[in-house]
Amino acid sequence: MSDQSLRELVRSGLRRALVQWPAVVLLTGVWVLLWGDVSWANLVGGAALAVVVVTLFPLPPVRTEATFRPVAVGRLVVSFAADLFVASFQVAWLALRPGPVPQGAVVQVRLHNPDDVFLTVTAVLATLVPGSLVVETSRRRGTLFLHVLDVEGSGGVEGVRRHVQQLEERVLRAFAAAAVLERTGVAVRPTGRPDPRAGKGAGA
Amino acid sequence: MTEVDAGLWTTVADVAAALCLLAGAFLTFAAGVGVVRFPSLLARMHVVTKPQVLGLVLLLLALGLRVRSWSAVALLLLVVVFQLATAPVAAHLVSRAGFRTGKVDETGLHPNEMGEVPDDDPPASATSGPRAP
Repeated sequence: MSDQSLRELVRSGLRRALVQWPAVVLLTGVWVLLWGDVSWANLVGGAALAVVVVTLFPLPPVRTEATFRPVAVGRLVVSFAADLFVASFQVAWLALRPGPVPQGAVVQVRLHNPDDVFLTVTAVLATLVPGSLVVETSRRRGTLFLHVLDVEGSGGVEGVRRHVQQLEERVLRAFAAAAVLERTGVAVRPTGRPDPRAGKGAGA
Repeated sequence: MTEVDAGLWTTVADVAAALCLLAGAFLTFAAGVGVVRFPSLLARMHVVTKPQVLGLVLLLLALGLRVRSWSAVALLLLVVVFQLATAPVAAHLVSRAGFRTGKVDETGLHPNEMGEVPDDDPPASATSGPRAP
């Protein structure tokens, strides 16, 4: 290997690291956390390793109209934590209670916005929150296929659909740019719709 | 901070840690029972994504409350983040593989809106538009 090509490789690596600097910062942060203390050796070592990683394992850039709304993100986190709690104890109860175990159902949910990033975030969150598990997705149609463990307990098929769409609205409110919200018809502020969890507590 | 305060907060943290440990252990136990009892692949995937994840989060929260060092808490937080990010993906891949290879018994699903397994997704390069250099 000549001196020239090596220099070329290093240069393209550094260029990529400059473009993908958030990934480098994130990986460096993970490295420092893994070592457990902040020192120059850790910072420099982590940054060097991060540059190597983004050079050797390049990812396509994510193009998306994203933003960050702190209040909406807070709302998303709180409602997600509450949902995760409810979902965990529901499934734990289904596992421990005597009697037959439900077989479940598969429900299609069409999302407002089939953008890759929001589809991914919604799918991951929908798997963690009440009753649903993403088994298949269709990018082109922007559709999630969810397995639902306890259909009656989740308010029927329509209840599941509404629930996941509300989850997606919260995700969009937290991270999507104003143009996306306008295009998909999601209000920036939540409307005065009844909370889906409010009426479900007694039946669960 | 006075010594009385420190003692009080230590007690509060210890009690909270004990409660979190118990709750986490219960959920993890229920997840184990669910894996054995649930009849189908998909139902089992519910168990590994919900009670198992929250059980681990609660156990680590208890550890953080008990250990009380920032570097340990940061590391535990990292574990939680990775767990939340990877458990759903793993469950999704297992369920999808089960569906596509016909290992899922679809007769027990009511309703079943799966239809034919969607194969309408063209390769990523065809839909994601021009890539940045």
